[in-house]
Amino acid sequence: MKTTVFEQINRFNTAYAACIDDDRLESWPDFFADRCLYKVTTYDNHHNNMPAGLIYADSKAMLHDRISALREANIYERQRYRHIMGMPLVQSESNDELVSESAFQVTRIMRGGKMDLFAIGKYLDEFQRDGETLKLKKRIVVCDSISIDTLLAIPL
Amino acid sequence: MTTNTFSMGRSVVPRWGEDTSEIPYWVYQNEDVRRLEQEKIYQGPAWNYLCLEAEIPRAGDYRTTFIGEMPVVVARGDDGEIYAFENRCSHRGALIALEDGGNAKDFTCVYHAWNYDLRGDLKGVAFQHGVGGKGGMHDAFRMEDHNPRKLRVTTLCGLVFGSLNDDVPSIEEYLGDEVLERIERVLHKPVKVIGQFKQILPNNWKLYFENVKDTYHASLLHVFFTTFRLNRLSQKGGVIVSESGAHHVSYSAIDPKEQVSAEYEAEKLRSDKEDYRLQDTSLLAGVDEFGDGVTLQILSVFPGFVLQQIQNSIAVRQILPKEQELTELNWTYIGFVDDTPEMQTMRLKQANLIGPSGFVSMEDGAVGGFVQRGIRCAGDQVSVVQMGGKGIAGADYRATETSVRGFWHAYRAYMGL
Repeated sequence: MKTTVFEQINRFNTAYAACIDDDRLESWPDFFADRCLYKVTTYDNHHNNMPAGLIYADSKAMLHDRISALREANIYERQRYRHIMGMPLVQSESNDELVSESAFQVTRIMRGGKMDLFAIGKYLDEFQRDGETLKLKKRIVVCDSISIDTLLAIPL
Repeated sequence: MTTNTFSMGRSVVPRWGEDTSEIPYWVYQNEDVRRLEQEKIYQGPAWNYLCLEAEIPRAGDYRTTFIGEMPVVVARGDDGEIYAFENRCSHRGALIALEDGGNAKDFTCVYHAWNYDLRGDLKGVAFQHGVGGKGGMHDAFRMEDHNPRKLRVTTLCGLVFGSLNDDVPSIEEYLGDEVLERIERVLHKPVKVIGQFKQILPNNWKLYFENVKDTYHASLLHVFFTTFRLNRLSQKGGVIVSESGAHHVSYSAIDPKEQVSAEYEAEKLRSDKEDYRLQDTSLLAGVDEFGDGVTLQILSVFPGFVLQQIQNSIAVRQILPKEQELTELNWTYIGFVDDTPEMQTMRLKQANLIGPSGFVSMEDGAVGGFVQRGIRCAGDQVSVVQMGGKGIAGADYRATETSVRGFWHAYRAYMGL
């Protein structure tokens, strides 16, 4: 049965969220094309055309490096995320590309039980399409708030 | 009545012994200490970082920021000069400017429409002469007697500093030649802002400022650095502490002839993971843009400014106290106006090293909170800051806490503790 673009993106985003929230971070880069851009920024920076990000990776290999740094090098208190994904707003589609945006909300659950609304914002996405298989060519994570509490270790 | 119980002689601030290498934990907990800091440090003879000149290039451009907990407006006047004043209407005390920044001809308080020019001078009082001959301000009222508090403003290499104190020396004298030279080394041409982020730290501001000055922790807590030999204590480098103790510079340079350090081998540090390699090393591709081989320079200006150069990743950080156990860290990532697109891309990639998600900085966001939580019941105990002795001299090595002691030396002098 043929699925709609809407369903494809929803399915993609749900799997993306589960991958991060279930701590299968080593598989997270597989949601991206080899040549890709993943950037975490804020509404103000995005709105003012500021190019820098909190995280800036322009290859799938850099995404792998981000995860190995988290596993091997960086120190942070044990924590988990729970993503709640919004519905995609599809902006354009062609045979090999989809452009859409989706809202997200991330609750951070700390060791000891403290839960915070850690990040809320939207993903600005460009997908590479191969049949019903999607890969991210570009995901700009635009956080609504300019401030990050303590640190941002696990990707959004 | 004064709220300052300290100066009333009814001191509730505990006594600090002679030794400045033993830091009492109450200094991060005591509410009277916190109030005294506003008066003695932030409103005392210190230069507080306000913003970059590049953020307010044109007449009418302004930013709102803080000196300690005091809200201030920084604006460029019609004459091209920079002015700063307390962001508090002299009528009822409401904020005069509500935005982070922008461009304005003047400022009007939203509450009763009192109006201020770009210098912070009160220029208009709504209905000053009443309405229809009735009401209005009394005849003796003079607008010039009711300006918000004005700051002294100075600029240095595109950095804007302000002070509420008339006795503070010039910024050059305040910093001393050695610190000054190292600001000039980095900010030697016009800069542009490439990103601005805010990090909320769950700890007292002093714990973060100490962390900045603490060269001892760098290669122990931040293992990403050591793995790639960006910052080993055995690299050549050192620490400069200003004569006052208040400011510092730490720096290191890659020594290509460096041999494997025996001390590191013996310690078998967690930080040495020989099998850890990046898949995409373009992250660390850099150029020696200052021509002196220095790959890292961290510079702090008391009480809350940091200029950081890590390879080609340049940023200024503003440290603002918000609550006893809450600090705001404002990151401004910068490049130079004449950066090529390739240079800019290099900076964007290297920015992965810094900030709230930085490979070599994310730990600093959390470690102050670990201290704050660890000392919860230890207000009468002390931390021991004695690596490299008890003095505050500069050093040509970095396994020392000399600049942390320098901070406390200056802090005690300001606070009279």
